[in-house]
Amino acid sequence: MKRGRTAAAARSALLRWTVLGLAVAAWQLTTHTHASVYFPPPTEIARHTHTLWFSGPPTHAFLTTAATENILPSLARMTTGFALAALAGIALGTALGRSRRAHALCNPVLQFARAVPPPALVPVFVVLLDLGTRMQVTSIVFSAVWPVLINTAEGVRNTDPLRLEVAEVLRLTKTERLRFLFLPSALPRIFAGLRLSLSLCLVLMVFSELLPGTANGIGFTLTDAQSRSDLLTVWAALVLLGALGHVLNTGLLAVEKRLLGRGRPG
Amino acid sequence: MLRLDSLGQRYGDHSVLHDITLTVPDGQLLCVVGPSGCGKSTLLRTVAGLLPVREGTVSVDGAPVTGVPDRLAVVFQDYGRSLYPWLPVRENVALPLRRRGLGRPERRDEAERMLERVGLRGAGRRYPWQLSGGMQQRVAIARALVCRPSLLLMDEPFGSLDAQTREDLEDLLLEVHRGEGTTIVFVTHDIDESVYVGDRVVVLSAGPGSRVVLDLPVVLPGERDQIATRGLPEFVALRAKVGHAVRG
Repeated sequence: MKRGRTAAAARSALLRWTVLGLAVAAWQLTTHTHASVYFPPPTEIARHTHTLWFSGPPTHAFLTTAATENILPSLARMTTGFALAALAGIALGTALGRSRRAHALCNPVLQFARAVPPPALVPVFVVLLDLGTRMQVTSIVFSAVWPVLINTAEGVRNTDPLRLEVAEVLRLTKTERLRFLFLPSALPRIFAGLRLSLSLCLVLMVFSELLPGTANGIGFTLTDAQSRSDLLTVWAALVLLGALGHVLNTGLLAVEKRLLGRGRPG
Repeated sequence: MLRLDSLGQRYGDHSVLHDITLTVPDGQLLCVVGPSGCGKSTLLRTVAGLLPVREGTVSVDGAPVTGVPDRLAVVFQDYGRSLYPWLPVRENVALPLRRRGLGRPERRDEAERMLERVGLRGAGRRYPWQLSGGMQQRVAIARALVCRPSLLLMDEPFGSLDAQTREDLEDLLLEVHRGEGTTIVFVTHDIDESVYVGDRVVVLSAGPGSRVVLDLPVVLPGERDQIATRGLPEFVALRAKVGHAVRG
């Protein structure tokens, strides 16, 4: 039984990674026959990624100075932005979901705020807050908060009316209702919002770092390398961003599975 | 003691209940029967304080019902929705105990004791959806009883269970009623069930504006037994009376 499951997991992993593996292999082969400055071979990109960021001393978890000075600040901005957006989105969304009137009043504003393409807001924050981390985190929060907020409000609003009556009959306090009814019942929707927010955070992190006046970050590495026509570094940064996005999303999915898996069928 | 005094309920222009006057003495198990749509559930939800009283008065132990009365518990028909699926069975049952300010271990012990009482010993750590329908309704009953209510309302609690499970739960209810002496209002559309379970059966007429058309004490010799009782001539006679009243 256990072995069967391991084999099945191995098969599904193989299936998932096959296309990516083939694409990289094809790229590698093509560079051998048609060399191009713009498309360095993947092995070259991998080697460069390693020397650039991951060839540091063991005492620094193998991170180089370039990594600690660029990847970590980016991650810090992103996680701060995501955490603030998640907190604010869940709190405000719950409040809106509980009050029919507040929801009716705020819904048009929400739909409008959600419809504005997030990067378009960045210039506004540049003017308001000047360049720097504060502007970057604010941009991330203001883009990422909407999906969580709207989904949380929707999830809380759709709480089963019978479960609400049960809460009333059991005379649960406000806090108990929040903890045992509204939040657990909205949790699937909340996570749907969080997943959208997370990818927006990554987009906004890079975008806000592309602006002139930024001194570090993955986005900065990208523009900096581009201005020096250092295409190998550009490619390395792209690979890093892809990997980062994948790892963060997988992490969030794992948390979701853990929280939702327990109390639900299937 | 539960008293309804010329209770009337309406949704907009649509009259649901009209001039219902009933007194349920302490410890009685009253069954309310009627054709579907006659306002049985509305009656129950009014007593539970979930619907505002439109006409007349409803009082529990002398106090008019304005919100959910103290020491009242409700068992709904739809156990799948009434239990909180994200909480283990034990925590579902312990939920009403938080209000009593008990510590975590006391709450757990009390919940386990109540689960044992309804025949679910050792199921505390499981989740509701891992249990059969009958077991889930037992959990709902345990949750209702855990605060030792003086008035228990049941809204077609066994309506969606198979026949065998339903009989088991009817007997569990009778046993709990004998043991705790709780006043119970039991709503059902099943005539047999009402006569088997009740000390008294009240029949509501078909809506709109349902009223009481029959108020019948149930006196049956001996302990109630699923097979013997249902075969008694007294049982058959009572069932016929209720059946006639339901059909109008």
